[in-house]
Amino acid sequence: MYRQMVLARAVDRRMWVLNRQGKAPFVISGQGHEAIQVAAANAMRPGSDWLVPYYRDLAFCLALGQTARDFMLSVFGRAEDPNSGGRQMPSHFGSSRLRIMTKSSVVGTQICHAAGIAYAAKVRGLDEVAVTCIGEGGTSQGDWHEGLNWAGVHRLPFICIVQDNDYAISVPHRLQMGIDNVAKRAVGYGIAGVTVDGGDLLASYAAVKAAVERARGGDGATLISAKVARFTSHSSDDDQRRYRPQAELEALLRRDPIERFRGYLLDEGVMAEDVDDSVQQEATAEVDAAVTYAEAAASPLAEDTLRNVFAEESA
Amino acid sequence: MTQKTLIEGVREALMEEMERDERVWVLGEDVGRKGGVFLATEGLYDRYGEARVLDTPLAESSIIGVAIGAAMNGTIPVAEIQFADFIHPAFDQIVSEAARIRYRSNGDFGCPIVIRAPFGGGVHGGLYHSQSVEAFYAHVPGLKIVIPSTPEDTKGLLKAAIRDPDPVMFFEHKKTYRLIKGEIPEGDYVTPIGKAAVRREGTRLSVFAWGLMVHYCLQAAEEVAQEGISVEVVDIRTIAPLDKPAILASVEKTARALVVYEDNLTGGFGAEIAAIIAEEGFEMLDAPVIRVAGPDVPAMPFNKPQEEFFLPSPERIATAMRKLASY
Repeated sequence: MYRQMVLARAVDRRMWVLNRQGKAPFVISGQGHEAIQVAAANAMRPGSDWLVPYYRDLAFCLALGQTARDFMLSVFGRAEDPNSGGRQMPSHFGSSRLRIMTKSSVVGTQICHAAGIAYAAKVRGLDEVAVTCIGEGGTSQGDWHEGLNWAGVHRLPFICIVQDNDYAISVPHRLQMGIDNVAKRAVGYGIAGVTVDGGDLLASYAAVKAAVERARGGDGATLISAKVARFTSHSSDDDQRRYRPQAELEALLRRDPIERFRGYLLDEGVMAEDVDDSVQQEATAEVDAAVTYAEAAASPLAEDTLRNVFAEESA
Repeated sequence: MTQKTLIEGVREALMEEMERDERVWVLGEDVGRKGGVFLATEGLYDRYGEARVLDTPLAESSIIGVAIGAAMNGTIPVAEIQFADFIHPAFDQIVSEAARIRYRSNGDFGCPIVIRAPFGGGVHGGLYHSQSVEAFYAHVPGLKIVIPSTPEDTKGLLKAAIRDPDPVMFFEHKKTYRLIKGEIPEGDYVTPIGKAAVRREGTRLSVFAWGLMVHYCLQAAEEVAQEGISVEVVDIRTIAPLDKPAILASVEKTARALVVYEDNLTGGFGAEIAAIIAEEGFEMLDAPVIRVAGPDVPAMPFNKPQEEFFLPSPERIATAMRKLASY
């Protein structure tokens, strides 16, 4: 899990560099969210459970089996991009093979999709769990409410992880909801509500694991509120220094989930310094290779703009 | 063969498709024990049970959103929106999600759902139980839009919609549910999506319509036939994909085109048909393309005089036919 977090951070940092170099028109980040995402991915059953993601789920998708190359292909908008063939902006994840449902830019719609996936799994008697993610801002959407209501009505194998980083672009938590913690709303849906420090990898793993077991056991859905730190601006088109105090931004750095887990591994003697060095080097090398490959990869054909509107006859 | 109503076509298609394919299921408000407010799903609950004939919370966006999710996981949902007037909360799920899932995933995912909704006026439904909404969705590539006008087509097209790998919106004119009767062939059959049907052959002018308006156009055509005006009535049947060859073939034959629709005149789907004829059939025309449609007021009023004023009538259509034939 540490390796997965380190790789995600390395990929994420590199996409900002590419953006500053003028090679990536748009990037949106998950830095600071890695622990809850990696923990959740590892608590799920690969190839069986579903992720209905949101746009900060880079670490989540890498931990589920996407690669740095997959992601860089999307950053450059290449034909080989497995998420969308270069059609969508980066971080709009999707892979039928990995059971990561394709994501739009619309905030909130995915919650109903996860409820639908979970309903189908339940009716078909499949032992599958649907996990979906959203920011705390997204919980203001009607679809968030409607999806959680379904999860409660049918006791679905459904988990909604709210990655609460205190800001929806620039709008602070206090203007988003009248409660300090969105997990309190779970009781209104008749589902379990759990709060976890989303920067604490092991606590996050325990929380999601318990939710997955609850879902598999037929005991219904869980709403997890994971408090996380948003290290970067909302996206490459935003500058959070305009609306976040300097002291707050400096304090964020003390909440780095990767540093926290790294310190734990070193302190407990689970990982030696030289092992950490090689983990970092491997991640950098993987990102280097991914960028080299993706930059050289072919763009989609202009005439293919017209394809895949409807099902095509198999060639 | 016995005469059946249009709504029996809906019911038979659902019953048979659920029997044929256990992945098919129905969801919506009141579709369960009650069998739907129009009884379109009557009998399904008793035969297939709650899990496959599911009464949903009163929340249209989630009806479509859940259907989309369930379609990702190996099922074929047929979602009922109780009245087309109440589909608007689901616009985002239909337009941003269902219509784009295949495109945005570059073919990695498909979205095989059917969205059924009764539409149209003339039943004292007032502003919120009378609307025609097809133009909103006709603007959105990635959706197929079907509007049957006969019991036979209703069953065959609904079966085709359920077997289609992409999202299909299936609008049923509520006034035709019991008003329109006809034969329904025995056995399994599918009516292909994307083909118009000539309901009445004619030579002097062509009229294009869908839903209830097809029947009003047939009445008007009968009336003016006694005056020697020979009208060809083309039932569009599927708004998307649109059968352009059939439209242009009819115009080539008659050189005059009338488009009739119930929606507001401005930006209604008939405007697109008029544009196609003007753009691609200009040299065949002997007269301007004429439209008969609802007025540009927000929606159809409840009271009788104003409802009748709004809804194109056979008389209004006949008047337009005479005008067009006089060119």
